Amino acid sequence: MSERRELTKQEEAIFKKELVQLIPHLRAFARTLAGDAAAADDLAQDAMMKAWDARGSFQLGTNMKAWTFMILRNQFYSEKRRSWRQTQLDQEAAERTLLAVDDPEAPIVLDEMRLALHQLPAEQREALILVGAGGFAYEEAADICGCAVGTVKSRVSRARRALQSILTDGSYERDGAPAGDAMRSILDHAERLSGVR
Amino acid sequence: MIEQSPKTTGSRRREQTRAADEARLRQQAIGVRLRQLFDEVVNEPVPDDFLEILRRADDSSKGGAR
Repeated sequence: MSERRELTKQEEAIFKKELVQLIPHLRAFARTLAGDAAAADDLAQDAMMKAWDARGSFQLGTNMKAWTFMILRNQFYSEKRRSWRQTQLDQEAAERTLLAVDDPEAPIVLDEMRLALHQLPAEQREALILVGAGGFAYEEAADICGCAVGTVKSRVSRARRALQSILTDGSYERDGAPAGDAMRSILDHAERLSGVR
Repeated sequence: MIEQSPKTTGSRRREQTRAADEARLRQQAIGVRLRQLFDEVVNEPVPDDFLEILRRADDSSKGGAR
């Protein structure tokens, strides 16, 4: 399984090209884990380099996106274990960043969504992101998270329910005011965007 | 049984359907928003240092390995 081998020049070029194409996705996934944009980019870079160094153990032709996401996720949790205190500080910085919004309209709603996402337990959040935004099948998400498919399914559905109730009832507070209208503006936005009915 | 209170049963069913529609609508909207949040970062230009780091690693593996 973890057989390492030397890639040919051609294989290496293919690997590198695919890896480069995945960078934007790694950045986006890292952002959902780390919150703070700068910390997220560090994480994405580390994951990219780990993937590059491990290229000899990647099976060309298999799902490289899932493979790199797994590397990124492992990297995140091993760093987090090493310095949970630092992570806590990062979290505070992230929340300050999230609250600092200049544009008065749509970004605020995005902001509500980010805040709501960060209220979810980490394992629910990542399952929902992988399946709901990353485009992964439940099976792939299970591989990435190292858990059973059924576990991913239940995490995703619990996350969806929790998000809906956070956004509807404003179960979190923002500058002292409940964000009760978040769901309303998200609905309005979705309608404007794509005519979702 | 059903004829006992057709109106109540019917309106309750309508009520349930409406609630289910509403819930589905909300979930769809959340899905749209979630993807947008993710895609917003995906669509950002990749900072130069990503490619720079990768290029350096590639060079050193070419030069150093053999």
